[in-house]
Amino acid sequence: MASTQQQGAEGRDPRGAQVITVGHERAETESVCERVLEAMTTAGYPEAARFALRLAWEEAISNAIHHGNRNRPDGRIEVAFHVDPQRVYLRITDEGQGFDPQAVIDPTLDENLECTSGRGLLLMRAYMTRVEYEPPGSTVRLVLENPQA
Amino acid sequence: MSAPESRLRIRKQDQITIVEFVDRNILDEGNIAQIGEEIGAIVNEDPNPKLLISFANVDHLSSAALGALITINSKIKSKDGQLRLADINDQIIEVFRITRLDRLFQIQPTAREALASFS
Repeated sequence: MASTQQQGAEGRDPRGAQVITVGHERAETESVCERVLEAMTTAGYPEAARFALRLAWEEAISNAIHHGNRNRPDGRIEVAFHVDPQRVYLRITDEGQGFDPQAVIDPTLDENLECTSGRGLLLMRAYMTRVEYEPPGSTVRLVLENPQA
Repeated sequence: MSAPESRLRIRKQDQITIVEFVDRNILDEGNIAQIGEEIGAIVNEDPNPKLLISFANVDHLSSAALGALITINSKIKSKDGQLRLADINDQIIEVFRITRLDRLFQIQPTAREALASFS
């Protein structure tokens, strides 16, 4: 079951951010993503921005489940989100030990094109306005500015 | 236990297997694993696989789906087969460009053009 609180546990979330803790079940994570997308629709974001958010969300949650929480069935993920007409803010915190984003291979190099993983960070960076990992790397903050604002 | 419902629509034209996705979103990792297994089985059964994957119904895909496609591509290459991707919408083709996978895969604008490109 997801649990909800109003104020960010990290303290650096925007005022009014929703903070929700979810497990790894897809229905739980999807319900939060749907809330963010609905808020974006209400705030007037174009379809391309919702496509970008959907993709970045998927990659961030997948990283949290597989790399952060190591697929532990009882793993939890804290999500903070805030949508206003100017930008979408997301914070995703897993229970892992973190990682060094600089150590991730470049999947676009010819010698890495056939690697079957390692593209999540690349896609998040391509589609979001900002992607920031907070040391030790178990928290990622994503910001998408509204191109129509 | 019964087999899970297929995530694919599969038909054969001449020697070419044409695959379409049932789902508009190729995001759920369980579904992606199933898709990989289903297409992998098609490739395994064919000594000279010629496969066309149409994305006509697809709105979203994730990097996990790209990983599954890369695995399929490697399997087909190892059997000297041919893989074509087609009917990819503008938003998703951009994902292939960003990841430079448009250089790894042979992508055609339409299924018709893809069918004509097999040798």
